[in-house]
Amino acid sequence: MEQYDVIVVGAGVVGSGVARELARRKGRFLVVERAPDVCEGTSKANSAIIHAGFDAEPGTMKAKMNVKGNRMMDQLSEELDIPFKRVGAFVVCFAKEELPKLQELYDRGVKNGVTGMRLLTGEEARALEPNLSEEVEGALLAETSGIVCPFELTLGMAESASKNGVEFSFDTEVTGLERQGEDWVLHTSKGDLEARAVVNAAGVYADWLHNLVCEKKLHITPRRGEYCLLDRTAGGHVSRTVFQLPGKYGKGVLVSPTVHGNLLLGPTAKDIEEKEDTATTAAGLAEVLEKSALGVKNIPARQVITSFSGLRAHEDGDDFVLGESAPGFFDAAGIESPGLTSAPAIGEYLAELIGEKLGLPENPDFDPIRKGVPKLKEMEPEQRAEMIRENPAYGQIVCRCEEVSQGEILDAIHGILGAKTLDGVKRRTRAGMGRCQAGFCSPRVMDLLSKELGLDLTQVRKSGNQAQIVLEKTRGEDQA
Amino acid sequence: MKHDIVIIGGGPAGLAAAEAARESGAQDVLILEREPELGGILNQCIHSGFGLHTFKEELTGPEYAARFIEKAEQLEIPHWLSTTVVDLSRQGDSLFVTCVSRERGLQVVEAGAVVLAMGCRERPRGALNIPGTRPAGIFSAGTAQRLVNLEGYLPGREVVILGSGDIGLIMARRMTLEGAKVKCVAELMPYSGGLKRNIVQCLDDYGIPLKLSHTVIDIQGKERVTGVTIAQVDEHMKPIPGTEEQIPCDTLLLSVGLIPENELSKAVGVELSPVTNGPKVNESLETSIPGVFACGNVLHVHDLVDYVSEEAEQAGRHAAAFVAAGGREQAAEELPVKPEGAARYTVPVTISPQRMEDQVVIRFRVGRNIRKGVVKVYADDKLLYSRKRPVMAPGEMEQVVFQKAWLAGGETVIRVVAEEEEAQ
Repeated sequence: MEQYDVIVVGAGVVGSGVARELARRKGRFLVVERAPDVCEGTSKANSAIIHAGFDAEPGTMKAKMNVKGNRMMDQLSEELDIPFKRVGAFVVCFAKEELPKLQELYDRGVKNGVTGMRLLTGEEARALEPNLSEEVEGALLAETSGIVCPFELTLGMAESASKNGVEFSFDTEVTGLERQGEDWVLHTSKGDLEARAVVNAAGVYADWLHNLVCEKKLHITPRRGEYCLLDRTAGGHVSRTVFQLPGKYGKGVLVSPTVHGNLLLGPTAKDIEEKEDTATTAAGLAEVLEKSALGVKNIPARQVITSFSGLRAHEDGDDFVLGESAPGFFDAAGIESPGLTSAPAIGEYLAELIGEKLGLPENPDFDPIRKGVPKLKEMEPEQRAEMIRENPAYGQIVCRCEEVSQGEILDAIHGILGAKTLDGVKRRTRAGMGRCQAGFCSPRVMDLLSKELGLDLTQVRKSGNQAQIVLEKTRGEDQA
Repeated sequence: MKHDIVIIGGGPAGLAAAEAARESGAQDVLILEREPELGGILNQCIHSGFGLHTFKEELTGPEYAARFIEKAEQLEIPHWLSTTVVDLSRQGDSLFVTCVSRERGLQVVEAGAVVLAMGCRERPRGALNIPGTRPAGIFSAGTAQRLVNLEGYLPGREVVILGSGDIGLIMARRMTLEGAKVKCVAELMPYSGGLKRNIVQCLDDYGIPLKLSHTVIDIQGKERVTGVTIAQVDEHMKPIPGTEEQIPCDTLLLSVGLIPENELSKAVGVELSPVTNGPKVNESLETSIPGVFACGNVLHVHDLVDYVSEEAEQAGRHAAAFVAAGGREQAAEELPVKPEGAARYTVPVTISPQRMEDQVVIRFRVGRNIRKGVVKVYADDKLLYSRKRPVMAPGEMEQVVFQKAWLAGGETVIRVVAEEEEAQ
C-alpha cells in the first residue's frame, strides 16, 4: 500500500489551495480526484468573484478566510501567472427604506477588516457606472472586490503544487475511509492508500466523507445556481461587479465582467437533492435574465453565448467547517460562497494545522513561480511575432473565435497537469469558449488530443469517462 | 509589404472574387485562407446539387470548388494557406491586414483594397439558451458534417435534429446513410428554413418526420446525451404545456441558423445591417469603408453557392476598378433601396445611378411563406418592375436584376416589395 503523509480528497479550488500550501513543507503528499481533471465540480461553475468580505458575519470562518484570501490574490496571480482584476463591486438597492441595510453591510465590512468601501447615492453610482438602472437608490462601492478565472486559479495552485512535488491521481474515486492504528486507510477505485492525515475537500460530497469517520455529523445541501454568459462584445456593459441587495425583489443576481472580457449574469439559488444535477432550466435562465435587468439596464440578452449551472455546497451550520474534526482528519467542508476567494487562505490555514500536527519541516526548495499557457492574442504584435518565430505552432490558429493557436493547445496538453479532454483544453486555453462554442475547433482539438496522447478519436472525451464524442469509425484503411 | 487587393477567405466567395479581379486587370491579388486548402466549407459538402446555375450540371461541393481552384492556379493567383487574419485596420486611406501563420509568422500586409469573404458560422446551443445538461453528443450540424465526411467518424447512432436549415436537412440524410437513426427534425418556425428540394430529398425520401412549430425544451444525460424533450410552440414560440415528448437519443444536432462572421469587419469599423448581420453595401458591393468590399455568406447568408460565386465576381470586379481608379468614384446621388412587404432586407442597401453599371442584382429574402406572390420594384411611387412568383419562402433567396435604363433621374428611393398578389 502506498503511504503518504497527507492525502487531499478533491482537486477543486480548495483541495488545490491546500495542496499548494502543503508543498511549502517537506513530506509525501497526494491529491485524489474522481474526475479526469482539476476543477470539475463546484469550483468550475460559479460567479468568479474575489469578494471584498463585507458579506459574512464578523467572527465567522467565512469572514476571516474571505478577507485574508482577498488580500492574498495579487501576489498569487503574479506567482501563478493567472488573470485577476481588482475591478471593484457595487451592491445596489432599489428603495429608500433599504438604505440602512447598505449601511449595515458597510459596518460589517469595517468589522471584518475590509478597506476601500464607500456609500453612494444612486446618481453618484450611475456617474461611475452609467448602465446602472435608474431604479438604483443607493449603492455600496467596494473597491477591493475583484474577478478571477476560477479554472486558472485552481489549475495554477494545483500545477504549482505538482511542480513542488505533490502527486495527483485523477479518475480516482474515494469509496471509503478507515482508521488503522495511528493512520488512515483510504479506499479508492484505484486501490487502497495510507496516510497520516486526510484533508476533506470533497465539495458537495464532503458531508459523506466526514460522516464516515466523525461523531458530529454534517449535512450539505447542493444549492444550484444558473448563469448566462454573454459574448465579448457585451463585456464592457459594466466595468464592475454589480450585486443586488437582497430585498424588494428577493435575492438578486449579479452582473459582472469576466477576466476574459465576457459578461456574466447569475446565479439563481435553488436547493436540490441530487449532488450531480447541474442541468439548467427554462425557469432558471428566465429568472437570471429578468433579475439581472433590475440592477443593470439594456443588457444585450441576445448576446448570450452559453448558459450553465453550478452547485454550492451549503452546510446546515451556515459557515465553513475548517479544522481537525477527527484525529488526523481535516475538514474543508461546506465551502460555498465566498469559497473561491477563501481557498488560498483555507489552504494556508489547514496546511499550518497539518504541518504542526505531523511535524512537517519547511521545504527550502519550494518555488512559488508557475507559468501558465501563453496567451498570444493578448500580446503586442512584436512579442507575438517573436513567439511565433521561436515556435511556429503559435502561428497556426485552431480556435478562430478566441484566436487560440496550435502551440497553446500543445502547451496545455503537455503542461504540468496536462489536459486530457476537450473540456480540459478549453479551460486551459479558451479554445471552444467563444461565440461559436467549439463548432469549428472541436474536430481539430480532438485530432490534437488523439495524436499527442496516442488515443483513437473514439477515445477522445469531452470530460468524464462516458463523454465519448464520436462513437465509431465509418470508413478508412482501418475498417475491416 | 503591399498588395493591390487582399481577399480574406479562400472559399467560393474569395476564389470567385480573386479570379474576377484578376480578369478585370488587377495584377496583384492575394488570397488569405485559414484552412490548409482552398475551397472553404465546400470541402466537407460531399453531397451533390452544386453548380446547376453556374455550370448547368450537378456537382458535389469539392467538385464545384475544384473548378475555381484550378482556375486560380491557372491565373497564378498567390494564396497563403493556413493563414488566419487576426486584425483589419485603417490608417488614413490605407488598409492594413494583420495575419498569422506557421510559415510566415505575424505579417502586416498593406492593401489597396480588401474583399471580405470570411463566410459564416453556425449558431450554437447557447444562443438559444436551451435548458438541460451539457453532455457530449451535442453538435452543430456543420461540425457533425465535418466529423462524418472529412474525419470518417460517426458522431452518434440515435439522432434528433433541431432546426431545418439546409445543413440540418443534409445531415439528416447523411447520418441515415451512415447507419444512424434520425428520429425527427424539429423546427421552431411554422416553416422550414431550408430549400424545398432538400426537404424532399433528405427527409421525405427517408421517412424522417419534420415537426414544424416544435423545439427542444430539455436535454438529458450527464456525460453523453441520453435524450431530449421536444414540445410544440404557440404563435409566440413559447412551448405549449402538455405537448412535451421525451425522445431517447445519444445525439442532438443543431441547425438553427448561420451568422455572417464579421468580427474583422467590426474591427475596421464597417457598418453592419442588423437584419443580415452582414455589411451594408452599395451597388458595387462596397461597404461603408472605401476600398473594403464584401461578398458571399459574410455579406448575407445565401441559399445556393452559385449565387455566392456570381456576387463575388461582382465584388472582385469592383475592387479591381477601385484600385485602377485610385479610389471610389464620387457620385452625386445614392438612392436608398428599401425592402417592403414580406421582403426583409436588400443587398445592396444603396444604388448610385451615376456609378452603377447597366444592371445591378438586388438580392433579398422574404420573412414568411408566400403563395401566388409578386415582386415589384418602385422608384418612389413609380412602378418599374413587377413579376409574379408562384411561391416565395424564407429558405430561398430572391433577386431582381435592376436596370439602369429604368431610372429617369430625380428619384429619391427604390422600393422592393414582395407580397401576395391579392394584396394590391
